[in-house]
Amino acid sequence: MSTTDVELVDYDEAVAEFDPVLGLEVHVELSTVTKMFSAAPTEFGAAPNTQVDPTSLGLPGALPVLNAKALESAVRIGLALNCTIASYCRFARKNYFYPDMPKNFQTSQYDEPIAYDGWLDVDVPASEDGSKPAFTYRVLIERAHMEEDTGKSLHVGGSTGRIHGAEYSLVDYNRAGIPLIEIVTRPLEGTGDRAPDVARAYVAALRDVLRSLDVSDVKMEQGSLRCDVNLSLRPTPDSPLGTRSETKNVNSLRSVERAVRYEVSRHAAVLRAGERVVQETRHWHEDTGLTTSGREKSDAEDYRYFPEPDLVPITPDPAWVEELRAALPEPPAQRRKRLQAEWGFSDLEMRDTANAGAVDLVEATVAAGASPAGARKWWTGELSRRANAEGVELSALRVGPADVAELQALVEAGTLTDRLAREALDGMLAGEGSAAEVVESRGLAVVSDESALVAAVDAAIAANPGVVEKIRGGKAQAAGALIGAVMKEMRGKADAARVRELVVERVGG
Amino acid sequence: MSTISRPEVEHLARLARIDMTDEELDRMAGQLGAVLDAVQQVASVVSDDVPATSHPVPLTNVTRPDVVRPGLSAEDALAAAPEAEDGRFRVPQILEEDA
Amino acid sequence: MSGVSELVRWDAARLAEGLRAKVVSSEEVVQAHLERIEAVDGPTSGENPDGVHAFLHVDAEGALARARRIDADRAAGAVLGPLAGVPIGVKDVLTTRGMPTTCGSRMLEGWVPPYDATVVRELHGAGLVVLGKTNMDEFAMGSTTEHSAFGPTRNPWDPTRIPGGSGGGSAAALAAFEAPLTIGSDTGGSIRQPAAVTGTVGVKPTYGGVSRYGLVALASSLDQAGPCGRTVLDTALLHAVIAGHDPYDSTSIPEAVPDVVGAARLGAGGDLTGVKVGVVRELSGEGYEPGVLARFTEALDELRAAGAEVVELSLPNIVHALAAYYLILPSEASSNLAKYDGMRYGLRVTPAGDGVTAEQVMRATRAAGFGDEAKRRIILGTYALSAGYYDAYYGSAQKVRTLVQRDFAAAFGQVDVLVSPTAPTTAYRLGEKLDDPLAMYAGDVATIPANLAGIPGMSLPVGLSDGLPVGLQVLAPQQADDRLYRVGAALEARLTATWGGPLLAQVPEWKGLSA
Repeated sequence: MSTTDVELVDYDEAVAEFDPVLGLEVHVELSTVTKMFSAAPTEFGAAPNTQVDPTSLGLPGALPVLNAKALESAVRIGLALNCTIASYCRFARKNYFYPDMPKNFQTSQYDEPIAYDGWLDVDVPASEDGSKPAFTYRVLIERAHMEEDTGKSLHVGGSTGRIHGAEYSLVDYNRAGIPLIEIVTRPLEGTGDRAPDVARAYVAALRDVLRSLDVSDVKMEQGSLRCDVNLSLRPTPDSPLGTRSETKNVNSLRSVERAVRYEVSRHAAVLRAGERVVQETRHWHEDTGLTTSGREKSDAEDYRYFPEPDLVPITPDPAWVEELRAALPEPPAQRRKRLQAEWGFSDLEMRDTANAGAVDLVEATVAAGASPAGARKWWTGELSRRANAEGVELSALRVGPADVAELQALVEAGTLTDRLAREALDGMLAGEGSAAEVVESRGLAVVSDESALVAAVDAAIAANPGVVEKIRGGKAQAAGALIGAVMKEMRGKADAARVRELVVERVGG
Repeated sequence: MSTISRPEVEHLARLARIDMTDEELDRMAGQLGAVLDAVQQVASVVSDDVPATSHPVPLTNVTRPDVVRPGLSAEDALAAAPEAEDGRFRVPQILEEDA
Repeated sequence: MSGVSELVRWDAARLAEGLRAKVVSSEEVVQAHLERIEAVDGPTSGENPDGVHAFLHVDAEGALARARRIDADRAAGAVLGPLAGVPIGVKDVLTTRGMPTTCGSRMLEGWVPPYDATVVRELHGAGLVVLGKTNMDEFAMGSTTEHSAFGPTRNPWDPTRIPGGSGGGSAAALAAFEAPLTIGSDTGGSIRQPAAVTGTVGVKPTYGGVSRYGLVALASSLDQAGPCGRTVLDTALLHAVIAGHDPYDSTSIPEAVPDVVGAARLGAGGDLTGVKVGVVRELSGEGYEPGVLARFTEALDELRAAGAEVVELSLPNIVHALAAYYLILPSEASSNLAKYDGMRYGLRVTPAGDGVTAEQVMRATRAAGFGDEAKRRIILGTYALSAGYYDAYYGSAQKVRTLVQRDFAAAFGQVDVLVSPTAPTTAYRLGEKLDDPLAMYAGDVATIPANLAGIPGMSLPVGLSDGLPVGLQVLAPQQADDRLYRVGAALEARLTATWGGPLLAQVPEWKGLSA
């Protein structure tokens, strides 16, 4: 089972010597309210074994009935990935024993997937240092099929949480039967040294597509989008495919990239040492950045697939499929390009916006009247910080696009300074009301009463004769002290630029 | 006479997760061989152009709406568990990772 | 009938009439059957009970409570179903909430399901009173009920003989007057063959006609629950209660159930003018006992006398049906029975020693929990589905299935129903076929084709051979279950007249092994 310990080969050397070939299998949990084959609920984080019914618990006599929404989602995903939708397909049983699988077979699709032969164009960004250019890579999709998730085991005893050395396990079947779509690529060839970037960009692009379809939460950290990375090396692009490893549990974009890099280095080391790469499942460890050997794929692994007799064949009505196709949202990559042009964002600004998951929010904020730059600044800046601090999604914050547009309008009208606007935001996030209401209730508006400002400036001049002397002696920067004193007196509710003008005016006069 | 070897039966028993004694394996090999003899005719009576029938009644596209129906309480779910702990099914240590 | 009420001799239709007319109460009827069970059924466990042992579990208190509730409802003028208040036995392969469901296996000993099968819900909804659960071959694998982990059921006609299987309990309960109605399940003949060898009536409905939700699966594409009774009309009345669309079963037929009760009443007139009956040449010659063939031939004469046109025809591919069945069934069963692993419910056997793993527990549990026949079929199915053998075995068997369906389609283009003897022999002696699985499998030759094709089939008694009942099988096209009842009722009416009463009037009073 264990792999020979070898010194890893430096990544750059490895890709200079070998041609990497990738394969990606992504499991997406659909955000249906019931399971794939029964009406049990699918709430995330519920108390253990409370989201079950006879079917999802695999009780004797229980039968599956397909979730119509899951089928529709599967077809929409297939269409968004430019797949052919099967005119006839069936479910199959994949037979193997495992304690977290209630029936000891997984209901899946085998040789008749609902969608097949598609593609997704992936924009691979330039490397950070700019040494490697941006490009578009077309990932060929072999298939997308429907299946059910398994339960979850908690390993107790030994080094708790790990399977090895555990004394026993505790199984929760809440996740069992949750609808999954497995999306399998064809081998990704010709990526060369950019294999890690392509892998990451593909998963990111796929996530965006799924998000645009509103079929899944696509939260990698919660496991609603899970990625298995297959990798093999071959001497040259003309050589036959090498033996591949299948790395599981790769559950962040950064990990996808790192896992590919690691496996490239590891495979290269094994091959350089003249050894055989073992076809096996490997596990990715986020903390150490390493993969470790899991289970060797062997002939003993015979899943004995056969058509699921308890579920009837699916023959999607072509008219229905065309209806779904016509109603697909604009592909995210295309939409992003369109919006970037409309908003006049730089590549970097657009990427920041996308990475913050703020494209929709910026769009809605602009629609509510804000300038694109203003909307971007709020969502990728202050609001992203607040969301991170609270550990929630941007969209879960208490302020929405309309609120942000209103706030930004107050800034642009000169009613609020940036600092006052942030304070107003505090109030809005605390549920004190709209921007205008918070400005009113907290008394945040910039003091535009000229006489009050003049009085404050004059008071500052009178209190700081030494400073006044310096300014008159030509040290213009000394004015800062006076401005600071005025702002303090006004509790920040003054326009600093106007205060500066007044200081210069009054000192000079 | 189609024979099924003892190692083959042993492999099948392992796949099917059934412990068998040597005596059982021997007996099973003999009986399975006889049954296979009797059933292997099926391969010779069908041709490639005959479609397979997986479902005896020609129904298609049976689905249900995505609407929650009350399922089992955790108590009902765990009532028959040989062992339970903290609302979960307690099972012996699992050696292999998930497939 | 010493000491036990004559009520147990009443058929379900008569009981229903008596209940409706308030001549009897459900409580009296249920009490009479419970006493009868107490008198003849013997222990419900143990190695070699001297009773009929048709029941694995009897819920006397629950049944009486339900009966009293039905009586109260009736007294209050509630609208009740035609069979409300009539007791019934349910094969232990259907889940019953709060009542043990073992499938005749150690694996599920003591398991109390948290939900009712749809069929059981229908029974409750129609006001039938469930007496308990009837004995069966383990997980419905067998043709004798000897493969029950809890001891065999005996044939009320002869306690040294088997009552058929797998639903021997449901059939014997009828023949021993322990219940007027029972539910069975039929994967390859498990309703029809026990009916044949006990002189009772059993129907396997069209696949998808009765919900499989809560029917513990043996072979999903073959399994079908169905009604068992002492008369064709009783069976039809029960059929009408349990049949119909169920959204919990994807393979359930959405169309309306044919009028089986109407067909049974029509047929009872004894006139089959205009009905074409086909005799299946492949299912009535070699391998069939002379006594069985004699009764069958006489029955054909009765059909002719009733005005039916009887023709012989050939279904050439059904000679391969048995082989195909014994590949499809084990394959599906090996997968359906995988869930019994000691992790979530049922038996768990933990081998001695430290550091025992889940896999070791699964293997030990399945070794201890399954009997020989179950193990044989699981291993055979595991083999037939294996990568290297799938095409030759499972794949080919599914193609034979297509050929069998085509044969039936062609035959039903020419005739309305097909007939054959239900089984080649009368009841075996206990133990006779125990170590010869192939011989036991061969007894299913006539019943299996209907399961492969998904068509309905009935067995009804057509007389005795050496004092043991012989059954005739009627087959009809999918969703034409009503034809079974029309033809069956007509034949029953004529034969009953010949015998001077129901065949079951001739069943000897139960004396156990001392007989």
